Order: sequence, then C-alpha cells, then structure tokens
Amino acid sequence: MADANHPNAELHAEGKDAAHVAHHFETPAQQFAAGKLGMWIFLVTEILFFGGLFCAYAVYRANHPEIFIYAHQFLDKYLGAINTAVLILSSLTMAWGVRCAQCDQRRGLILCLALTLACASVFLGIKYVEYEHKWKEGLLWAGWFDPGENLGEEEEGKTEKGEEGNVEGDEEGPGEGTAGGLSRVSQSENGTVPFGTLGQRPRHVGVFFSIYFALTGLHAVHVIAGMMAIAWILVRAAKGHFGSRYFGPVDLVGLYWHLVDMIWIFLFPLLYLIH
Amino acid sequence: MADAVSQPDNYLTHTRGLRSWMFTLDHKRIGVMYLVSIMGALALGGLFAMLVRTELAQPGRTIMGPDAYNHMFTLHGAVMIFLFIIPGIPAALGNFVLPIMLGAKDVAFPRLNLASYHLYVLGAVFFVFTLLLGGLDTGWTFYTPYSTTTDTRVITAVTGAFVLGFSSIFTGLNFIASIHTMRPPGMTWFRMPLFLWALYATAIIQVLATPVLAITLMLIGAERIMQLGIFDPELGGDPVLFQHFFWFYSHPAVYIMILPAMGIISELISVFSRKHIFGYKFIAYSSVAIALLGFLVWGHHMFTSGQSKLASMIFSALTFSVSIPSAIKVFNWLATMYKGSISLATPMCYALAFIFLFGIGGLTGLFLGALATDVHLHDTYFVVAHFHYTMMGGVLIAFLGGLHYWWPKMTGRMFNDLWGRIAALIVFAGFNLAFFPQFVLGSQGMPRRYYDYTRSLEKHPEFEIYNLLSTIGAFLLAVGLVIVLIYLVHSLWRGRRAPANPWGGATLEWQCSSPPPHDNFPESPTVGDPYDFTNLRYDAERNEYVRKT
Repeated sequence: MADANHPNAELHAEGKDAAHVAHHFETPAQQFAAGKLGMWIFLVTEILFFGGLFCAYAVYRANHPEIFIYAHQFLDKYLGAINTAVLILSSLTMAWGVRCAQCDQRRGLILCLALTLACASVFLGIKYVEYEHKWKEGLLWAGWFDPGENLGEEEEGKTEKGEEGNVEGDEEGPGEGTAGGLSRVSQSENGTVPFGTLGQRPRHVGVFFSIYFALTGLHAVHVIAGMMAIAWILVRAAKGHFGSRYFGPVDLVGLYWHLVDMIWIFLFPLLYLIH
Repeated sequence: MADAVSQPDNYLTHTRGLRSWMFTLDHKRIGVMYLVSIMGALALGGLFAMLVRTELAQPGRTIMGPDAYNHMFTLHGAVMIFLFIIPGIPAALGNFVLPIMLGAKDVAFPRLNLASYHLYVLGAVFFVFTLLLGGLDTGWTFYTPYSTTTDTRVITAVTGAFVLGFSSIFTGLNFIASIHTMRPPGMTWFRMPLFLWALYATAIIQVLATPVLAITLMLIGAERIMQLGIFDPELGGDPVLFQHFFWFYSHPAVYIMILPAMGIISELISVFSRKHIFGYKFIAYSSVAIALLGFLVWGHHMFTSGQSKLASMIFSALTFSVSIPSAIKVFNWLATMYKGSISLATPMCYALAFIFLFGIGGLTGLFLGALATDVHLHDTYFVVAHFHYTMMGGVLIAFLGGLHYWWPKMTGRMFNDLWGRIAALIVFAGFNLAFFPQFVLGSQGMPRRYYDYTRSLEKHPEFEIYNLLSTIGAFLLAVGLVIVLIYLVHSLWRGRRAPANPWGGATLEWQCSSPPPHDNFPESPTVGDPYDFTNLRYDAERNEYVRKT
C-alpha cells in the first residue's frame, strides 16, 4: 500500500499540478501526509467506537459464558464464513484499485472499485438473509426476544431450575448429551438448528442477540457508509481525477474499507465460532 | 505596521454577507462563530444555574417545584458541559489561534472544521428541542436505569450529545493533523507555544474518548426505542457497565476542558511576567501526561457503585498520580512569575485567579480520590464545589483570560482595561462566595441534586446560611460576567483600535495585524523562541510592542 515513503508518493510530492492542492498546503506531499494522518486518526476513533461494544461482549461473555455457548449455535456459520470470504475479497480488490490509481491505470481502477462495490452488496444481501431468518424465528435482542412455540424448555416458573441446570451445563461443556449431538447433525445439514432443540436454555439468552445485533448492525451501517464513499470515488475515477500524481482520496477510502473489513474479521469468530 | 489596523482587507471584511460566514472555510471566522455560539450556551446554562441557586436560597419551595428543579439542574449541567466547556476553549479560541500560532494559513481540514461547527449547531438544536418538548431530568450523566425509564426527553438529548461528540472529534482530529503536518520550517515540537501542546493533548483525548461516549449514547437510545437490553438488568443487562462506559469518556472529558485552560495560563503567565516560561519541557510533557493518565482513573467516580476493592484502590492510586503533572504546571507558573516584571492587565488577573482557584479545586480532588473520605463525601455538595472550582474557577476563568488576551487580535479593538480588572475582581469574589460554602455544606453531609433541605434543618440549621451565601455569591458572579459582556460589546464600537502586539507576546499570532488578514501571513513568518521577550520593546507612542532593530 502507498504510504508517504512509497516511490509513487515521491512523484506525488513533485507534482506541480496545483489544481488538487488546497490553498493552505504548501506542497502536494504535505496535503497527502495530512490526509493520511487524518484518516488514521479517524480509524482510531472508529476502533474505539466499536470498542465499547467489544467491551460489552467481553464482560457478558466472561460473566455468562453459557449464554454465548448456547445462543451462538443459532447463527449460521456457513453464511458467516461466506461473508468473511466476500469481504476479504473486497479488500483485495480495493487494495488493487489503489495500486491501479498509483499506476495510472484508470480502467483497472474503475473495475476494481466496481468489484469492491459488488462484494459489499453481496455481503449486505447475505446479512439480510441472516437477519430475516432471525426476525422470523423471533431471535431478536433481549427486549424483543420471543422464539415463540419453539421456546421449549424454559418458562417463567422454571427459571430457577433452569439456572441450576446451566451451572451443571457449564461444567460439562456445551456439547454434552444428545442435545449437543443433535445440534451438530442438524447444523451439518443446513447450518442452523430449530430453536428449542438444544437442551436447557440459560436465562437471558436475548442478551447475546442484543450484542449480536448491535455489533453487526453497526458494522452494516459502516459497510453502507463505505459503499457510499467507494461510489463517490468511482464517479471521480470515471471522470479521470486520479493518477500517479493524485490518488489521495482512493488511498484514504481504501484505508477505511480495510478497517470495515477487519472489524468483520473479528466479529465472525467472536459471534459465530464460540466453543 | 502602524497602519496595519486600517488595512481594508482583514478576515472580517474579506467577504460580506451571512452566507460568507455560514459556509466559510476560514478557521478565524469559524472560531468567531463558535465563540458567539458558546457564549449563548454559557448564558443559557448560566440562567439555569441562577434558577437552581434561587430555588436553593431558602429551604422549602422558593420559585419552582421539585420536578422543575430536576429539569433545571439537568439542563444546567448538560448545556454547560456539552455546549459550553468542551467546545469552549479548543473550538472557539483554539480554532482562531492554532493555525496562526503555527504560521499556517488554516487548519489541515478546513471543510471538516466547518462541518464540526455545523454539527455543533445541530447538536444545540437537539438540546433546544429537548427543552421545548418537555425537558430532561436524568442529570447530565444519563445514568441507567433511570434514563431508560423516565418519560422525559432522553432521546433528543442523547442525540444532541452524540452529534456534539462528533463535532468535538472533528476538532480534535483537525488539530492533531495540523500540528503534525503544518508546522513551518524551524518550529520543532519544542518550539511550539505551550498552548499548542495543551491543545494537542486535548485533541488526543477528544479523539480517543469521545467515540466511547458516542456508542454509549447510541446504546441508551436503542435501549429506549427497542429495549436492546445491554444496560437493563431486567433483560439481563448491566447498569454498572453504563457507568464504566460513561466515565471512560466523561472523566477524560474533564481534561478536555482543563488542559486547554492550562495552556492559556502558560501563555498568559509568561507574557505578563515578561519572562521566559520556566520549565518549558516539563509543562509540555505534563500536558501529555495528564491526557494519558486521565484515561486510567474513571473508576474513581464509582467507588460506591460496588466495584471491587482492588479496582477501587488502583483507581485511587492512579487518581493521586494525576496531581503530579498538575502540580508541575502550577510550580512552573509560579517559578515563571518569580522575579518577573508582572503587569496586572486583565488577562493576567484571570491567570492569577486561575492559579488560586485551580489550587483549591485540584487539592480538594485529592479528598475525593482517597477511598475513605470519598465514601463520606460522595454525591454531596463537596463534589459540586470541587467540580466547580476546577471547571468554573479553572476553565471558565482561563477562558475569560484567553478571551481578553486574544480579544484585540480577534476584533481589532481594545477593551477597557480598568473595567476589565474590576469585573475580574467581582467574578473572583462572587465565585468564591458561591462555591466555597458548598465545601462546608458537603462535608456536613448535604447531598447534591436535592431539591430541599428542610428536613435536615433541625439537625443542621447551618445548611440554610451556607446556601444563602452561595446564592448571593452566584448572583455576584453573574453581575461580574454581565459587566464583562457589556464592556466587551461596547469595545466593538467604541474601543481603541488594537495594535498588532498590545501585550508584547512573542508567539506568531502577534506578528500579524489585528485583526489578521484573510490568509494570516502574506509570507511565512520567522519562527523563533515563543517565550523570548528580549527582542521586543514597548513603543509608548503606538501603545504596542515592536521588535528591536
């Protein structure tokens, strides 16, 4: 990736086309360095923004591991894995696009940006399928958590008993007994399991989905924001704004996109792959 | 240079019309717009404060009922914190001064700077809506579970604070990038004015802490709108987690407020003592040290919330450690003044008031950082007094000092220095009368945020006199601030034309004319030691300092 020491950044610095240098900067190199630093600082704020939710995740998982072990099985690992692959691919196309911009390959840049947008759309489409499934099953955040007739084991009067069951369940691990076995079998068929077939349900399972929806929802908003930024870059690329002398915006949007990608790379194992 | 003031082209006259202000990218104009806005917020928050103090002047109902009182103290806190103190020094004075001190034409991202101001206005609009739609009674801290169950307007308020958070982040981001990339040749890190070091440290906190507040406020909104459940114990959530999140931002936030204030004081003390700042590097590093330590002490707000004793002890020890860099600053200011040629112009009066009041405010912070005494003093008026001594006696006083110091540069006019000193004295006296009795009230056990204190009257008849004194002090303070407003506004029309360097400052902003031209410097200025006053001499004819030839 291009940074200030990149050979092309040198070209960038020598560029005399003042059209792209704002009046308050002395040189294109100064403008590029300021933009780059600004974007990195912005990425830091984004990490702290998500950091709050990651912290909530850590606290609840440490306090109530049984909820996470139980509830994560209702997430579809395959769809999650496909989405991970799609986003990593989009990062490749984005990085490639930045490279194209630096090498004056306008058509390559346009193609790469379009591919990145396509990957992002696929990601959101798959996310929509997952959300719809959760919505139908009533697997929503704590306040609206209502799995309906699939409820099975836990009822109001039984919560005390249920809790005792959890404590035992904790010690024995998640895959104990036939229920755990069942879940594996049915998961291998279509990736998800009907709710209520997994033995004792811990109290407050909804909290897992609160965190799931908060994290993935916020991430989806960032994907949409990233798509808007990429679309803006795409329009400018089509107009021929970028080249080896001026590629700052492509580079900066690329950085942002990699962060969005990276957050998902953390979300996927934390939410889908719990053992 | 003498004719600099009559130059037709300065940033105020460069272009005309409302749009040329609303959509300007000029950091100076944005700073001025911020200044006017935060003064409005100060007036609004001050009005709420006066209503609160009036109600508390006597036991029992004085002018309003308990619900109205809850709204008043909440809005006083929320408006003062989010709309006045946090943007106060960095966004208003900092925006104006920072690029000029750097010898630059503007901040690194002028459009982001403008966006920051527009977001500020948007956030303020949300706060006004909160007020119009029925107010807010959660306290400015939005503690759960009350904030998720009260039927007052929490959502508009947290949206407002969320938006203001982004405004603050944009300012901080801009300042960090500007300081890193826009310094002129010759200005190394250790040749920067200390105000810039302070703004840099402030910006680090703004950028690192504010996003955590943003996510916390979003979660509160989600909690209210769709029962998300992360903070609601009924649904399995944890309300203490909210307190951790909230104070992870809001403790560093008090350093967002005080650090730039300290930066101003470093400038004022040196300029008005005509002496090189003592311990430059120590003051610079102590700003950064406070910023970093500030992230590790949030738990001292939660000594009584049931956190573990070990955590409390660690937080307590770290809290004490903040006093080291703070004291380093105070001692260096005193050492700067020692054998200096001190002039008691208005800005210096505020600087001296700051050192005294911040001394009291800082030292009483140690009472609250100590575990055993805090359990007694927690949620009493002692906390209120401590907070106001640091935030009002510290930040507001330093803000006034900075405002008077840079007023000639911003407006091109001199204010009446005699009235300035009189008002500073009234503000100082009124402030102490308003808040010192609250230390006594708190140590005697009067809880904060209470509407009434009649029931304890039999045991504590002295509550009454201290409350009355405090209210009288508050009114005196208000009188002082109104005088400030009057003579400053008066100076805009009747004030003497300001020379380029009325105070004899050696930082770069005093090298350009007052008010500065649109581009700040026609050509890059010479960078020297920002505290070397030996090259300047006072020219009595022109009432200004000029370079020795």
